[in-house]
Formats: sequence, structure tokens, C-alpha cells
Amino acid sequence: MSILSPTGHLGFTPIERGSFDLGVARRPDAVVADSGSCDIGPQPLGADEPCSPEDWQRHDLELMLLAARRLGVPMIVGSASDSGTDRGVNQYAEIIRGLAQRHELAPFTLATIYSEVSRDEVARRLRHGTRIAGLDGRADLAPDVLARTDRLVAVMGVEPLIRALDQGADVVIAGRSSDSCLFAAPAIRAGFPEAAAYYLGKVLECASFAAEPFMGKESIIGTVTRDAVTVTAMHPAQRCTVASVASHAMYERANPFFEHVAGGVLDMTGCRYEQVDERTTRVTGFTFRRDAVYRIKLEGAGKVGERAVAIAGIRDPYTIQNIDAVVGWARAKVGERWGEPGARYQLYYHLYGRDGVMGPWEPQRTPGHELCVVVEAVAPRWEDAEVICALGTRNLFYARLPEVKGTAGTAALMMDEVLRGKPGYEWTVNHVLPLADPLELCTLKTEVVGA
Amino acid sequence: MRTKRLVELAKTIRSKNAGVDQITFDVIFADRESYELVKRSGALTADVVSRLYAIPRERITAFVEYDPAPAIKFTIRRDRPSGSPGERDVFGAQQYAPLFDLRVPLDA
Repeated sequence: MSILSPTGHLGFTPIERGSFDLGVARRPDAVVADSGSCDIGPQPLGADEPCSPEDWQRHDLELMLLAARRLGVPMIVGSASDSGTDRGVNQYAEIIRGLAQRHELAPFTLATIYSEVSRDEVARRLRHGTRIAGLDGRADLAPDVLARTDRLVAVMGVEPLIRALDQGADVVIAGRSSDSCLFAAPAIRAGFPEAAAYYLGKVLECASFAAEPFMGKESIIGTVTRDAVTVTAMHPAQRCTVASVASHAMYERANPFFEHVAGGVLDMTGCRYEQVDERTTRVTGFTFRRDAVYRIKLEGAGKVGERAVAIAGIRDPYTIQNIDAVVGWARAKVGERWGEPGARYQLYYHLYGRDGVMGPWEPQRTPGHELCVVVEAVAPRWEDAEVICALGTRNLFYARLPEVKGTAGTAALMMDEVLRGKPGYEWTVNHVLPLADPLELCTLKTEVVGA
Repeated sequence: MRTKRLVELAKTIRSKNAGVDQITFDVIFADRESYELVKRSGALTADVVSRLYAIPRERITAFVEYDPAPAIKFTIRRDRPSGSPGERDVFGAQQYAPLFDLRVPLDA
């Protein structure tokens, strides 16, 4: 069985057409992509907004839909519209219906899988004593953290996707999903062992990132047998090499040997990689262990406040040398009126030219000959964030230093203006929830489109 | 003592989010000799990372020598989840630069 992977994040930037068409010409057995990530920050989930333009999303869905229908094979898209909320699933389903009509496609079955979880449902499970364990060093989920959460999604495993295919789905639009499970689902359903199926998903999930030289949004094809996965780059100038495929196992993962999915863990410790032809690498030696208790990942985001941003520059070498005192002055002036930062407000000074990118991790702390100071204020009400940001910025201008020569202003304001950013959100939930039934948090619907 | 900078020995040095609470760093080598040399030299260890980034040792949640790539990989737990107010690097993509200048003794 072969699966075509055209993009690592559908809609984020448009799929490249050339390598996609070359991939389709190989007649894959499914066309699969994920369309979301938690990489984009907590705001899209918390506010339930896409971070990609609908034009690009439609472009990518159209390419995949027309190819899949022409080939007569399943199309699977997960984590719809960046965060995989119910809104995202509905949006993509509507795009699919519109495309079917516009292209007068023969009738096909569309499955939609919803995986958003209400805060009340999670609260109910907490009250019943369910332990919702924190990932990556987080504490277990507590009621007060849940209360600060605006929206949650469950990251589905293969089971709901297999169920959709069992019900005859030609096109599956799924909510938040584990990337690798989108690819593993059709392979497991076709009877391939879980280890090979999940490895297939792991290697295909970011498309051309598993190939070299570095290119995004180019297609690759993976082929699974009982005990091996081969992966081939479709762009004529890209190759899937032992190094590129092995390196990909590290990408965005804390540990290159293990990939956790709902229900188990893919173990890549014993993987062997061999070059089959110039553009193809073959991988064997993976194993899969099922967890004793089926657990599903929950992602949740909550609003912290409205966000205001202002920009100032500093050129006076004496002021730069004393920048911490300047910032201290401005913070103190804000503190006089608003008290200590905390629930009422948060205030950040990003010092580009010294440690704006790395903050306290920066070992090279000698500032440049000029600094850009980005002042960021967050408060529950926009009006408050705005004035706190203005106060904290203008006081860079009025900072009192004992030996300053430039007594007409200690900062250059790019404009005396405060910019309104999107509200500040926080990842409040990065936890795992035990389930009795892998399907219990999902809703699956099917419909015939184009009839 | 003859030394080379890590950036001269590695093919790829990168950082990226690993989930919302961690940033992971990959130092990938073009050839096994450079990889083995850096491993032997002790120029890149969890303790070195802890000193370079001024973080307590326990914040380094993984430190792995990964033969298939070949690569040295480590992961640091963030101060706060990615994209929170005050964020400096939403994707964690620009945290690797200080690794460039690590001196690797060639006679190790």
C-alpha cells in the first residue's frame, strides 16, 4: 500500500503542484495530509480562529480532492483548519461540498469527525476522580487550570478514522488528530501491522521534510509492507536518503527513538535504514507497544488578556550601557499607577540587540550599538493594556540617568503609537486523559456529497 | 591545543518546538568521524548546555546520541508554554546559535 503526502501542514502555504502531480501519477492508494499543529501558538485554538487564509486551504483541498476522486482512493485530512476544532471541521466540509459542486464530481461519501471536548465534560471527569496527567513535566490537570481554559481538543488516534473508512468514507475531514495516525489508519485497516503503519505515518507526516535538500510543501510517497516502509521523494531535485529519513525521526520530538500516539508507542530504537535507489530509503526494525490503558492527549488554550505593543529605539551608548536601569525606571512608573504586575497586568520589555530572541538563555550579553525595545503589555481590558503600554514606552523616553547627555529624550520612538495585537493566550492544557473506549470523545457523521 | 568550532564540524544545527512545553536541539553531522570526535571530546554534553544557556541541569529533559543520523540531540523545558504573553520565539527556531562557537578539541 502506498500513500501520497503532499504537505506537512495543509493550507499553511500552498502545496507545490509539480511534485504532487508526479506523486499522483504513481497511483497511490490514499492521499493524506494534516492541517494543524500546536506549533502556531495557543491563540488559534483559544480564539477558535484559523491562522491560514481560506484561499490557500481551498487550493490544497481542491488539489487533493480532485486527485483522490480521479484515482478513486480515500482522501484524509486531519486537524482541520490549523487547530482541529469543530469550527475547522465544518469549514473544511463546506469547502469540500462547494468543490464537489463546482467540479460536478460524481457522488461520494464525506465523513466528518469532531474531537472538540467541552470544558464541562473534562470537569465532570475530574470530579469523578479521573487523573488527567500532565505531559512534559506539567502537574496533573487541576480544576483552577481547567477554569482558565477557553477551548479544548482531543488528539484522536486511528480508531475514529478507521471507523469512518469502514462506513465507506471516500473523504475524511477530521478534527485534531495525531499526524502519524492519519496515515497509519488506512494501513492498519488494510491489515498491515501497527508498527509498520505507525512508522509509515511518522515518516510521511511532514512530507518533504524527510528528504534533502531542504524544501517545504513538496510531495513524498511512502509504501508499507508487513515489515518495511520505503519512502521516495517526488520532487526531481529531492532525495530521501538514510541521513534525511533518520534525521526526520528527530524533528520536533524530544526523543528520536519513541513516538507516542493514542493507545501506544512506536519504538524506533532498532530501526535500520538502507538506500534503495537514489531517491528512496527503506526502513525496517520498528516495533509498537500498546499501552495498558488507552490514553488520549488533550490540548487546551485560555485567554490571558488583551495585548498592546509599542516599539522604541535607543542609540545613545550611555543609555544602552544602562538599559536595565532605563527599563527599571519605566517599570517603576507603571508600578506607581498600576501596582505590581500580576492579575491586573503583565509587562514585557524585549531588548532586540541584546537578548530579544533568547532572553535569560543568551550567553552573549554585549549589546549592539543600537537597541530596539518592543514593549508588550497584557491586561484583561484593551483600554488598560493600551495605557499601560503607552506609559511603559514613554517612560523609556523620560528615563532619569545620572550622567545622560541627551536631555531631550532617551529613546527614539518609531511612532508615538500603541499597536493592538491579537489577544494573549496560554497553553493551559497539555495532558493525557484515559478513555474506556477510543471513540467515546468523537462524533462521526457521514453524508453523500454531489448527489 | 588544536580546536575547531562546532559549526565547522556539524552539517546542521537547529532548534524547534517539541510540543508546547519544550524546545529540542539537533546537531547533525555529515560524517561519522566528526560525530565520533565531538562525542569523544566532551565539548557538547548536558553539563556544557546547562552552563551555556544558564539553566539548571534538570531543565534538560533529554540528551541523546543518535547514531542513525548521526546526531547529538537535547531538549530543554521552556520557562513558559510556547506563545504565552512575553514570548520571544513562538516556534523555538532561533535558540541554537550559541552552540556554533563551542570549541571542539581535535586531539581528543
